[in-house]
Amino acid sequence: MKNPINMAVELAGVEFQNPVMAASGTFGFGREFQEFIDLNQLGGISVKGLSLKPRLGNPAPRIAEVPAGILNSVGLQNPGVHAFIKEELPFLKKFNTKIIANVSGSTIEEYCEMVEILSDTEIDAIELNVSCPNVKKGCMAFGNTGSGVFEVTSEVKKRSKKPLFVKLTPNVLDITEIALHAEAAGADAISLINTVLGLAIDIKTRRPILANNYGGLSGPCVKPIALRMVHQVSQTVKIPVIGMGGISTPEDAVEFLLAGAKCIMVGTANFVYPDATIKIIEGLNGYLVEHNIEDINSLIGSLQMW
Amino acid sequence: MSIQTIAVVRKIEILAKDIYKVDFESAYVAQNAKCGQFVNVKCGDGLTPILRRPISICDIDKERNIVTIVFAIKSTGTKILSNLKVDESLDMIAPLGKGFSLDDLNTNQSDQNILVVGGGIGIFPLYYLLKESKAKFKSVFLGFRNKDLVVLEKEFSDAADEIKIFTDDGSYGSKGLVLEGLAEVIQKNRIHMVYACGPTPMLKGVVEITKQTGTPCQVSMEQRMGCGIGACLVCACKVVSRKEDQPFQYKRVCKDGPVFWGDEMIFE
Repeated sequence: MKNPINMAVELAGVEFQNPVMAASGTFGFGREFQEFIDLNQLGGISVKGLSLKPRLGNPAPRIAEVPAGILNSVGLQNPGVHAFIKEELPFLKKFNTKIIANVSGSTIEEYCEMVEILSDTEIDAIELNVSCPNVKKGCMAFGNTGSGVFEVTSEVKKRSKKPLFVKLTPNVLDITEIALHAEAAGADAISLINTVLGLAIDIKTRRPILANNYGGLSGPCVKPIALRMVHQVSQTVKIPVIGMGGISTPEDAVEFLLAGAKCIMVGTANFVYPDATIKIIEGLNGYLVEHNIEDINSLIGSLQMW
Repeated sequence: MSIQTIAVVRKIEILAKDIYKVDFESAYVAQNAKCGQFVNVKCGDGLTPILRRPISICDIDKERNIVTIVFAIKSTGTKILSNLKVDESLDMIAPLGKGFSLDDLNTNQSDQNILVVGGGIGIFPLYYLLKESKAKFKSVFLGFRNKDLVVLEKEFSDAADEIKIFTDDGSYGSKGLVLEGLAEVIQKNRIHMVYACGPTPMLKGVVEITKQTGTPCQVSMEQRMGCGIGACLVCACKVVSRKEDQPFQYKRVCKDGPVFWGDEMIFE
């Protein structure tokens, strides 16, 4: 029997079979999850953050555990955009899911070069990472200010043949101002939030737990911050919002859709339950059935404020 | 292949202060796990601690489908595990990682002499290795902080041809570090392969000694992990790079290890 519920969403001209994607940096290039889930069922996969050249990443320890969350400082360890296209993309294209290339640069020129290279591949969209807290040069430096986001987004937009998502950092004073700059510069969608800058301390050694000192906080503990920002941004810009930050259950996903996210990404939960994305897709479907909602799109942004 | 599965706790024993031995029943894990691999266990149903705890496999009884793990209480996660009761379920992803290699190398395994070196809570994965190895002669060096922390001596002794116990304070066995006299033993017993697991300074020492004696060596590494399945890249371990333009590279302890060849390691 055909599923009478519509789970498909359209975002920047790309049709996603459902709104649930794997968040960048938590899913590698999908390979490790094959043992646990059918990748064909996912709405999309945002791949591990790519840089122009391969990056070794930061020294270990790269992770600290905090109540209901984790702090990481991987530092964008990745094989580089060329190795991704040659070795990982052909694998990913075997699956019936959308592939989003998440890119980071230290300079605007690097972002532009990567986007030009990726524009001629079979990826479905580009996610511009202007929000990684764990690298010294570039990246979050662009995402910290409206003008920085505008500059990098507009330059990249001129060269991109793919839909462009801009991933924002929550470590700013006014997220709506940053989002408006991304929109004005031609972003096709906004994704948020990246991790929240944090610190974990080992009181025995009197040193940070992470070798890189500060790291990015993620997991259920950041969910209220993410929800608030998704709501603010979706009320402010006209382009669609991809929401993420601590989504672990179908109920979390519903909250983000209500707050205004058209798609959602699952991150840290993948580390604990490799089938978290699938459970969320199934649970979302169950929620729609239970509430007699035929089209998931009617849920998006339907939060009633007091 | 690893799976997420629910195992059932069959037995819990306290081996020493804060050191727990848990036998669980899981046909899949018992039949598929190899020595040196680990299980990644969810500690309770709550959000804290959020991450699973990686615990190495200490023993397997394939006939009864029983897998034994031993862990020390270090934080909230292992504290929760220590409160497990018989017949309770244990959510785990297993078996994980690349374990010890028991391959023949230049000499048939059955003609080999092996040396197993363990320190503290690092001794546990070495027990199943010792049992699985078909080596002709098995020598064991185990080090502990003090007498109260000496565990599984009989088990190791039964599985080995020769065993030597060290304590840091001399309260049991020989006083000092397992590294003492190691080079001599390797030469005297014509050791073909050394297997080691324990604190990093110990592993560093074992690797240095085996480099000098020219003996192949496998070390089981530890690092703070995230996912345990190779996706998150947090459990980075520094190894020599095969690429000329790279001074070193990071490998994943959970997926590329936890067992690495000694000569590829970069200790700092």
